[in-house]
Amino acid sequence: MEQKTAHEHEIAHKPESFWTKYIFSQDAKIIGIQYLITAFLMGFFAMVLSWLMRIQLGWPGKQFPWLERLMPNAMEGGVMKPEFYIALVTIHGTVMVFFFITAALVGGFSNILIPLQIGARDMAFPFVNMLSYWVFLASCIVLISSFFVPGGPAGGGWTMYPPLSSVKEALPGSGWGTTLWLLSMALFIVSTTMGSLNYITTVLNLRTKGMTMGRLPLTVWALFVAAIIGLLSFPVLFAGAVMLLLDRHLGTSFFTPYIVVAEQHIPREGGFPLLWQHLFWFLGHPEVYIAILPAMGITSEVISTNARKPIFGYKTMVASICAIGFLSFIVWGHHMFVSGMNPWLGTAFMTTTLVIAVPSAIKTFNWLATLWGANIRFTTAMLFAIGFVSTFVTGGLTGLFLGNPPIDIQLHDTYFVVAHFHMVMGTAAAFGIFAGTYHWFPKMFGRMMNEKLGKLHFFLTFIGVYLVFFPMHFLGFMGIPRRYYAFDQFQSFAAAAGGSINLLISVVAIAVGLAQLIFVFNFVWSAFKGQKADSNPWKANTLEWQAPSPPPHGNWGDELPVVYRWPYDYSVPGATEDFIPQTVPTVTVQTEKDGGEVKDGKVS
Amino acid sequence: MTAVLCALMLSLSADEKRLTPKSDSPRLRRVSGSGGGTIKGVVKFEGQPLKPRLIRMKQDKNCEAIHKGKPIASEEFVLNRNGTLKWVLVYVKSGASGNFETPKEAVVLDQQGCVYRPRVFGIMVGQPLEIRNSDPTFHNVHFVSRNNGGFNIGQPRKGLKTVRTFSKPELPGTAFFKCDVHPWMRAWVGIFDHPFFDVTGDEGSFVISGLPPGTYELEAWHEKLGTRTAKVTLKAGETVTVNFTFKR
Amino acid sequence: MMNSKMGRIDAAFLAFLTVALVVAAVVTVGGKFWWLPPLASEHGKAIDTLFIVTLAITGLVFVLVQLFLALVIFKFAGSEKRRAAHFTDNKALELIWTIVPAVILTALIVSGGRLWSRIQIAEPPEDAFKVEVWGEQFRWTFRYPGKDGQFGRTDPKLISVENPLGIDKNDPAAKDDIFFFAGEENLHIPVNKPVVVYLRSKDVLHSFYVPQLRVKQDAVPGMVTRTWFVVTKKGEYEIACAELCGLGHYMMRGVMVAEDEKDVENWLKDQLTVADVLP
Repeated sequence: MEQKTAHEHEIAHKPESFWTKYIFSQDAKIIGIQYLITAFLMGFFAMVLSWLMRIQLGWPGKQFPWLERLMPNAMEGGVMKPEFYIALVTIHGTVMVFFFITAALVGGFSNILIPLQIGARDMAFPFVNMLSYWVFLASCIVLISSFFVPGGPAGGGWTMYPPLSSVKEALPGSGWGTTLWLLSMALFIVSTTMGSLNYITTVLNLRTKGMTMGRLPLTVWALFVAAIIGLLSFPVLFAGAVMLLLDRHLGTSFFTPYIVVAEQHIPREGGFPLLWQHLFWFLGHPEVYIAILPAMGITSEVISTNARKPIFGYKTMVASICAIGFLSFIVWGHHMFVSGMNPWLGTAFMTTTLVIAVPSAIKTFNWLATLWGANIRFTTAMLFAIGFVSTFVTGGLTGLFLGNPPIDIQLHDTYFVVAHFHMVMGTAAAFGIFAGTYHWFPKMFGRMMNEKLGKLHFFLTFIGVYLVFFPMHFLGFMGIPRRYYAFDQFQSFAAAAGGSINLLISVVAIAVGLAQLIFVFNFVWSAFKGQKADSNPWKANTLEWQAPSPPPHGNWGDELPVVYRWPYDYSVPGATEDFIPQTVPTVTVQTEKDGGEVKDGKVS
Repeated sequence: MTAVLCALMLSLSADEKRLTPKSDSPRLRRVSGSGGGTIKGVVKFEGQPLKPRLIRMKQDKNCEAIHKGKPIASEEFVLNRNGTLKWVLVYVKSGASGNFETPKEAVVLDQQGCVYRPRVFGIMVGQPLEIRNSDPTFHNVHFVSRNNGGFNIGQPRKGLKTVRTFSKPELPGTAFFKCDVHPWMRAWVGIFDHPFFDVTGDEGSFVISGLPPGTYELEAWHEKLGTRTAKVTLKAGETVTVNFTFKR
Repeated sequence: MMNSKMGRIDAAFLAFLTVALVVAAVVTVGGKFWWLPPLASEHGKAIDTLFIVTLAITGLVFVLVQLFLALVIFKFAGSEKRRAAHFTDNKALELIWTIVPAVILTALIVSGGRLWSRIQIAEPPEDAFKVEVWGEQFRWTFRYPGKDGQFGRTDPKLISVENPLGIDKNDPAAKDDIFFFAGEENLHIPVNKPVVVYLRSKDVLHSFYVPQLRVKQDAVPGMVTRTWFVVTKKGEYEIACAELCGLGHYMMRGVMVAEDEKDVENWLKDQLTVADVLP
């Protein structure tokens, strides 16, 4: 299959039929929307799974006949089976991390934003781009199908540690369910690898004239570095998954030592469970930065545009993105402080983990400085972007506890960890997705989303996520372990045995989940009936707003845009407008010293 | 590829209650009334008795409370007062041929006082086994076998019931139930494609009735002492006494 | 696009929520409504201190940053009538907010590193009380080395119903070992004396976790891991499993009894040894 460049592709191949235009499209804009919608659907699926978990935790021991009718195997007698509970934990985590957050931010927004924001017609490899989406969809289907196999879905946690996951005798879900989980992850990794190749190549090679790396919007920088991280780290998990499949089906001993499960001898030799942990977290940790960097990029963009101010510290923002990208590869051992690994490694990983807090702090202060002296326009996107800063600060700070091994001894595998990662990933990264969706919806669909519904969605969600996840820190203080189906066995954990904290969290979690329906309704209704949008409703500078809403196939018509400045010329003193798009060559401003040109934020 | 995977998954779909095996040949009922022969007897023990372990249930306060804090003797070796053995499964090992009607009534395996009741039992292929949790605590029913696969089901509360059936015959010794949370719990099962089996109780006796005339190999199985066999020839309606002796 | 009135309402509400968050956080955390379990170990004291210091630092940063966020949201709510300020850098400010976090983090790294060395890297005292804790799905069991102070060899291939830990009874060091069947007995250890726990697993990963002692260490099959501590208060402590090990993970409760050393010795005298149980 010969690969055409985006240029040649556009000239030779304008899609004609409904199928090539909207279904098997090679246009990044459509592929991006496909990713986004699929990711949202997977996210809702995972949210429903979390509701089931919260029902068990909020009302432990209560019988639910209507649930038994829906799921007779999992809810025999109206009471949830513990093996189903940990299957829910596993699939909820897996879907949220990979199939919602990563797919929406990396698959969705890379496609929606990169070609447009760099002035290209499409991605470098449009066919591979299309393939990456369909392989992603296949991975979704394989994972969901694991609910329908004997033994049910995998139950080893999204971390899938062996030997629990390598030996089918150890857990019902460690039969077919885990095999399907591994196959699904393998497909997912193939999809992200194809995507990464596209995004990196496109950013490096297809920037339009005048678009130097130093004039790239921060969204593109973030997505670019995230793609590099993904390219280097995902294959390690792929290798681990293959090895785990071999342990499971061919009797190898990569991770599985000689063990005895339920009196059955499982004859292996020399397997090392910690090897899986190293391989998994070598991906697992960079993965969370793959998730958060695009959300940070979106936040920078949305804040700058709606604050009508240049982003503060562009160069240090870029440097921080790169630093986070690099450092993310050398912190993974902080998930393994008490795993039995050599304690000296613990010291090493503690150092790198606490160091990575510095670039994150710099970015946070840069956002705050951007807001200082701003002229803030509170669109829904802006609210979510500010919400990102709020929740990222809360979640990021708790990382300082967990990154310090002596403290981690007490907090590891407790609800403190659950609180931490839900604040940074479950709220902050998700807020990044919402901010991006509300902000770029007009560009994607040519219509505005309803602002009133958007704000209602924001405030309900903002209040709700804090009420759900902040109390989990308290459960962590009390030492309550995670992944527990119930807490009534232990006097030490009596506070969590259906107590007021778990009840509050469950009630609010279900309410917040239902509030997301406002967003769904808004999204679907606005796509068809929303107020028509012009090309630049936010009066923003970046290139995508210089194209029609939505842009045609090929994005730019006959002439590619030419870039003359960076994207952050907002509220330049003396300029007529409070924004200067990147395509504007020169602007005359009134300054104290008559005349002069404005370029890249400097008056010359 | 996805379509193939989906089809594969659906075909292996999750109804874990295995179906009763069907067959085209006519079913023979147990020969009843005067036509059916009977084998009965006792299982005796001679020699040095095994000293059963005392089980303390310290790590589960619910179990401990049921037994009022006192340890209980393991029932892996129970010598009755009359010198006979309890919990010996006696069955026809060979000689019973044909298809026998699968009973619809369930055999009940209960969890009471953090102990399986009964400890040893027989069941027919396709006959439902109802596993009950009568304890105010979590039990998991972890079944392990050679011919009948395995399963592991959590029963977190009192009153929960699960029904399972087995699809292949399996002589006792390789199929058992254990609870992972209460590791002393054990139940052994023999799965047969005929109804000719019985378990000795407090009197150490067994009765197997309804047998058609013929020659049978009878076997007695004890979880710690192994097996003993005997050959029996039955005429129509005859009652034969066969005793087994386990020596140590 | 700039509806000032709506903007002011959004700004005010969001600022209010942010301030409310800060107040709620300070009250609930500072008021210690839901707090660390009561401490009962020696090394735990230093852990708790480091925890409090980290809490103070992160708490302060949390309060300052969130209040600042509330301030800027409210103060700079937009209007058509004005323009935003225009500045892109401030070298002095950026230097400060890079160096200050770096210094604080370095302090946390150094103190954390030193405490970690003491807890995990340093060897336990020679005369520490030794005991082996085994995890299996879903109960704990224990083995004591007996009078010779040595644990006999084990081999998973030897594991059976009668020999649940796979002890090699031909190893002379094993003869006086004392072991229990899973779920049946509690762990007795001396109070006010260093106790070394060697962790083993028969099947999957488990983790030995005693909240009041600030002790947590994974038990890995095929490996022996180790943790040690000094219990400072007599009593019964619950042992929980802190690494997902299957459907009974939440049921995997054990009990550790911390008592005077002579009581532990007396209790051990009454127990059966390998020589008694595995003839």
